[in-house]
Amino acid sequence: MSEIGGLYALWYREFKVFLRERSRLISSLVQPLMWLVIFGTGLGSSIELGASGAGLDYQQFIFPGILCMTVLFGSLFFGLYIIMDKRVDFMKEVLVAPLSRVTIFFGKVLGGATDGTIEIIILMVLGSLFFGIHFTLYSILITIMMVALLMVSIISLGLIIGSMMSSPEGFGLVASFIIFPLFFLSGALFPVKNLPAWLYSFVAVNPVSYTVDAVRSVILGIPSSFGMITDVAVMIGFAVFMIAVGTWSFRRMSV
Amino acid sequence: MFVIETKGLTKKFGKLTAVNKINLKIEEGEIFGLLGPNGAGKTTTLSMLATLIPPTDGSASVAGHDVRRQASKVRQNIGFVFQDPSSDDLLTGRENLYLHAMMYGVDMKNINRKMDDVLKLVDLTDRQHDRMRGYSGGMRRRLELARGLLHDPKVLFLDEPTLGLDPQTREHLWSYIKRLSTEKKVTVIITTHYMDEAERLCNRVAIIDHGRIVALDTPNKLKERLGGDVVRLVVKKPNVAALKKLKYVKGVKVSDGAVTLTAKDAGRHLQEILNKAGSVESVESHSPTLNDVFLHLTGSEIREQEGEGGYLERMMHSGNR
Repeated sequence: MSEIGGLYALWYREFKVFLRERSRLISSLVQPLMWLVIFGTGLGSSIELGASGAGLDYQQFIFPGILCMTVLFGSLFFGLYIIMDKRVDFMKEVLVAPLSRVTIFFGKVLGGATDGTIEIIILMVLGSLFFGIHFTLYSILITIMMVALLMVSIISLGLIIGSMMSSPEGFGLVASFIIFPLFFLSGALFPVKNLPAWLYSFVAVNPVSYTVDAVRSVILGIPSSFGMITDVAVMIGFAVFMIAVGTWSFRRMSV
Repeated sequence: MFVIETKGLTKKFGKLTAVNKINLKIEEGEIFGLLGPNGAGKTTTLSMLATLIPPTDGSASVAGHDVRRQASKVRQNIGFVFQDPSSDDLLTGRENLYLHAMMYGVDMKNINRKMDDVLKLVDLTDRQHDRMRGYSGGMRRRLELARGLLHDPKVLFLDEPTLGLDPQTREHLWSYIKRLSTEKKVTVIITTHYMDEAERLCNRVAIIDHGRIVALDTPNKLKERLGGDVVRLVVKKPNVAALKKLKYVKGVKVSDGAVTLTAKDAGRHLQEILNKAGSVESVESHSPTLNDVFLHLTGSEIREQEGEGGYLERMMHSGNR
């Protein structure tokens, strides 16, 4: 029974800290809003999206991509917090408790995913209020499901890096090498249909592209580039893989 | 039946042998001290007993469970107060306790009563709803001590519990720790490099140097082993040979222009010692302390310095997460 109690305890801690550390929530929302307002308006005033844009303005077109970007950055950097825990003895306090490492890993993932989901829901509300995004029940459900899969995968990735590193600077270095390719090659900022083949092949091997594709398709009501079933299948596979590697990395973590 | 028993417990990090074939037998309700300089292997020994790191060789059992094969059982029976702060600054003291209780599967029905109890024991009832960011170093230690007790452990490990604390707070902590062993029958294993802490607190002390136990006994017996009082002389040209000839004098050592020796009933023989020693500039005589024992056994003085990294310093850097 203490495994469930432990899972709850670890989630409780992450959630409490999230509620108290307002700056974390605010900074996670400021960045996407700047992308939408400044980048979206600025670039949107001078480009045509062409056939795949289906008459949308650029700001609306990148909205789903910006949602995914928020997940990407927020989730990966969640792994930074375990380095902070390791720098003091908080991590030892958790590791010496009679809990399995798998429980500790899932407690962290659950805590991070709760925080991230709240951020995404706020962004979706802002999107429908100020950016002319129309949500349906279907698009809300699919968006949350796809975003949750991406979140779990990327939080796992962050925790894997965090479990192997001991300094925040090291984490930042590794994370920035990972996060920018994942973001720029996801089609978050441009349609993937007319890309040259070499660039398209990078986009196609990037799991984040499949979340962007599915979320864009349901929110904007345009056909998906890879097909919905492919999108969902790829993301489930990615999440399962990252969780597997994540639990493995926690088992071998030492402090 | 011993609460803790180790046989040839060894830990190697690469070529370095941090803990070298340690044998310990510790009884229930004892306050047992591991005394030694920084890097002597105290924390490593504790970490192995608490299942945080696996031993390289040898065996250890805690509360009747093997640290290798029954790690989870061991963990249910121990509490650990770490050298560095290990609570979340953004949570209140009570929330940190709650977190710990949930992780250790403390019975939900008793959780609130237990938290009230331990908070009272360490006098933190008034501050329990404050965030730990505002706690002083001493309060934080007390809360972590209380937290270590929430799940009624049989054994409590304290790693340098008073490092970096002011004298008054140290006295307080010592009295809490003593109360634990007398009232709750908790076995306490404490590491320290403070001699006075070991003397005041511990029933028995193991002196560790370079990963080995060099002596193990009660503080009094250890001091008796020196066989007399300690006399320290500052002498221009010490006549060491003459001093060594005196029947009641043992262990004459010369360092930094000073002669240190042990003499039975030093008070009565002081005049003769002074006459033989040469031109004495100053003399000092005292009953032996653990520091003298340590000096005698290892030939070097224990370094009274901040621990690895410095508790308070690190706490300040980690204030924000």
